[in-house]
Amino acid sequence: MFRVFALFALLSILSWTPIQAAEPGLQPSPGRRQALIHMVIQDCGSCHGLTLKGGLGPALLPADLADKDVPGLVATIHQGRPGTAMPPFKSLLSEAEAAWIVEQLRQGFPRDQGERP
Amino acid sequence: MKTPILHYGIDLLVALCVLLWLSACGSVPPQVAQDALRGTGNLGLVIERADGRGQIVDNSTRQSLATVPGLGDLSHASVVFSRDGRYAYVFGRDGGLTKVDLLLARIDKRVMQAGNSIGGAISQDGRLVVAQNYAPGGIKAFDAQTLELLADVPADYGDQGQRSKVVGLADLAGNRFAYALFDAGEIRITDLSDPKHPRTQRFPAGRQPYDALVTPDGRYYIAGLFGEDGLALLDTWQPEQGSRKILSGYGRGQEPLPVFKMPHLRGWAIAGGRAYLPAIGRHEVLVVDTTTWQEVGRIPVKSQPVFVMARPDGRQIWVNFAFPDNGWVQVIDPLTQQVTSTLQPGKAVLHMEFTPKGEQVWISARDDHKVLVLDTATRQVLQELPASSPSGIFFTHRAQRMGF
Repeated sequence: MFRVFALFALLSILSWTPIQAAEPGLQPSPGRRQALIHMVIQDCGSCHGLTLKGGLGPALLPADLADKDVPGLVATIHQGRPGTAMPPFKSLLSEAEAAWIVEQLRQGFPRDQGERP
Repeated sequence: MKTPILHYGIDLLVALCVLLWLSACGSVPPQVAQDALRGTGNLGLVIERADGRGQIVDNSTRQSLATVPGLGDLSHASVVFSRDGRYAYVFGRDGGLTKVDLLLARIDKRVMQAGNSIGGAISQDGRLVVAQNYAPGGIKAFDAQTLELLADVPADYGDQGQRSKVVGLADLAGNRFAYALFDAGEIRITDLSDPKHPRTQRFPAGRQPYDALVTPDGRYYIAGLFGEDGLALLDTWQPEQGSRKILSGYGRGQEPLPVFKMPHLRGWAIAGGRAYLPAIGRHEVLVVDTTTWQEVGRIPVKSQPVFVMARPDGRQIWVNFAFPDNGWVQVIDPLTQQVTSTLQPGKAVLHMEFTPKGEQVWISARDDHKVLVLDTATRQVLQELPASSPSGIFFTHRAQRMGF
């Protein structure tokens, strides 16, 4: 399992480079952020719970993610976890957006303010 | 909370006194009796999942009657009904089990029974309410009246004390319950006819069963598999024959498409001697003959199907879809096995529920914060009801159906 994770981490770093190179502080726009928050709470919430305490998928609260490898988490969102129910979200968001979501999850996820501003 | 639908106690006493007084005068206005009493066969509960509330609705007048708060985390709420149709048992994600009185529009009883729960079922005789839990993995049976814990059956497996997440719980004849173990790849049947001494039989299912159904006659239990192309079938009349696979390899070796939401299976999949089942990782509805259990067709649809529901008369099959295509609903004609309507009733359609005989369908549009009532013949919207992030819609006629 760790090897798979490490492979994804590596893949993620390799494929991430061009996006990262654009601007280190590149953040999703406020409107896009709100849409991502809504997606995580409402749609990822189908498996991970609206409160992110877990369901079919694991809990995603800061304490649950504290000891997890960040690039691995980004890769999990972006590319999925084969053999599990976690699908790849790369058709719906960029790797930078996945990284932003991981950052928010690790800090304590913001409140859902609705689908868009 | 809005006004309860029926005040017992003081209100009823007052009504009774008025009635007696009026009958003494020789004239009883009919509305007194009508206002005080009503049946529950046309009632239902709409889950407002982000707020932990339920709206009690009337599917004849298409009105919301009352709101019941305090139901906990309803991320994945499911509801079963007492056989008299008066009480709704709401299973919340946080392990809360709440018995809601639909007539008094209030919580009758509430217990926290697990850390993480996915749903439940009610026994054939209506005396046991059983919850299926993710954490700790297993099922628990409660007295339907008092919610007193009667049996705790862990879904243990392996030799290291693991416990599996439980999915697809369904009631069978004889107060037995069938369910599937997501992590252990098993189907189990637990006989709770004597809740103090539960007896459990185990059957292989396949990789990662995600939900299951029992056919409306209560005979066949079918578990959908996430981890492989196929479903597991168990004849509960002849469990000694064991489980077997149906629709094996329906993916034909092709790379599966991402599944952004797990489909849901119930007995509504069965119509006209066929089962209409959501494919996993394919944008198709699979059609199976329920006598031979052979595939007899597959119907291309808009996206990953979540609910594939036959109208109660079986004449139409309605399908909704996983995120991000959850704004679409399609209707299949079982005679031609083709999609005849493609609708966009609202944003983020999470659930559909037919009226008891299917002339209307209620659809929850989470991101539009409303429930839409459609005429199933014309597909016209008859009514819109405001609701905060509505998810599941549950009507009391489920009380009379096996597997609901």
